[in-house]
Amino acid sequence: MPDLKNLPDAEQQIAALAEQLRPVFDKAPDTVLIGVFTGGVWIAERLSQLLPAHPPVGSVDISFYRDDFSERGLRPNVQPTTVPVDIVGKPVILVDDVLYTGRTTRAALNELFDYGRPGSVQLAVLADRGERQLPIAADFCVWPVSLPSDASLVLVRNPFDDSEGKLTWSLDDA
Amino acid sequence: MMLDPQLDADGNLIHLLSTEGLSRDQLTRLLDTGASFLGVSDRDVKKVPLLRGKSVFNLFFENSTRTRTTFEIAAKRLSADVINLNMSTSSTAKGETLLDTVDNLCAMHADMFVVRHESSGAPHLIVDHLRRTGRSDIHVINAGDGRHGHPTQGLLDMYTIRHYKGGFEGLKVALIGDILHSRVARSDIHALKTLGAESIRVVGPQTLIPTDIESLGVGVHRDLDSGLKDCDVVIALRLQRERMSGALLPSATEFHDRYGLTHERLKAAKPDAIVMHPGPMNRGVEIDSAVADSPRAVILPQVTFGIAMRMAVMSVLAGG
Repeated sequence: MPDLKNLPDAEQQIAALAEQLRPVFDKAPDTVLIGVFTGGVWIAERLSQLLPAHPPVGSVDISFYRDDFSERGLRPNVQPTTVPVDIVGKPVILVDDVLYTGRTTRAALNELFDYGRPGSVQLAVLADRGERQLPIAADFCVWPVSLPSDASLVLVRNPFDDSEGKLTWSLDDA
Repeated sequence: MMLDPQLDADGNLIHLLSTEGLSRDQLTRLLDTGASFLGVSDRDVKKVPLLRGKSVFNLFFENSTRTRTTFEIAAKRLSADVINLNMSTSSTAKGETLLDTVDNLCAMHADMFVVRHESSGAPHLIVDHLRRTGRSDIHVINAGDGRHGHPTQGLLDMYTIRHYKGGFEGLKVALIGDILHSRVARSDIHALKTLGAESIRVVGPQTLIPTDIESLGVGVHRDLDSGLKDCDVVIALRLQRERMSGALLPSATEFHDRYGLTHERLKAAKPDAIVMHPGPMNRGVEIDSAVADSPRAVILPQVTFGIAMRMAVMSVLAGG
């Protein structure tokens, strides 16, 4: 269990993730970033600013693709999925804040493929909690972290007026 | 306490029978959900897997090509299997009762019924029957029952109004024409009241306005100009000539002269007023072609929003 008071600086982690991704964009400048709502979209937007190629950013809300719809129903406030460029044949980097069971990534991949057949998809995350329930792994990760199963780790965006929307981690140990 | 037949024991919406009784939160949630489905129809693959493996039965005891088709499209875009039953040519015509038909379809493992019926209350009867026989996991959507209600049309009308006007606060809305036979009018009125529209007027000849309509909290106008005055939203209703018996109207021409929407008459409304119509339109009767084809008419967007709203209703009901 990490120290609740001293969670790592998410903004620094995003900068580190951008460094990891830089060679990808040097090699394939047409790579597209697709963030998973909500945290993944914030990270993807930051990455686009930090990377010299300023790649286009899309966003997916996986609510319509969840595997627990029949038990839990539809979440309110589903955000519209936007894929700003034709992804057919293009390399895509799927961005999320936390990788855990892998079910969100599965749903995001299914949704993505309804927009076309990308050339490749890689997964970039800030935190990897392990405990996968599906055969899914991150290609880029900054923070491997082990947490109790009832703990909830989420990325939070602070208000724009006093912190310019700084991203920070919030850990709830239930 | 009388249980709302649309809700389960936990207060979740599991059937849609009427816009009456839905709270502002429930209406808003349905409209918000509709907004998120709108984009699905613009994609390459116009489908999401929410209702995969579910069977939706369209039970239309009364013809309606548009409503049936939009329900069918909505269900298919949610990946459900859709079975269309034209009841006027099926076993009903051979004498089978409504509830026997329902039992047979339950035995075929139906998950959802979309019901259009000429009798008010028919979908409600099906819901009661399902509850009594312990099959409340089957959802019922009222797709228009007699003069009672047409809640998905009411919801798509609310969606259209919110889309063009941003909300309901302070809005003045006029419903014009054949209020008597219009289930759309009742569904719209209940939803508009709950969502907080400032003023709702019904406009039409005395013979086509129900006598008790004021009890719903609407203003009654016999004169089109006074009814349209300063309106933000004008909803023309179809003159339902097939339902009229006796001398309700002298002639369609006279109706047009007194209540038909023309650009000239619409000058009484606000300059940015939108004109809606649930379709099918009688051009030259309740609405002039020049109005129907003008930019202020949002009749075709209503159809597009209707698919998204029906997807929203189906997925909210199925998700509990």
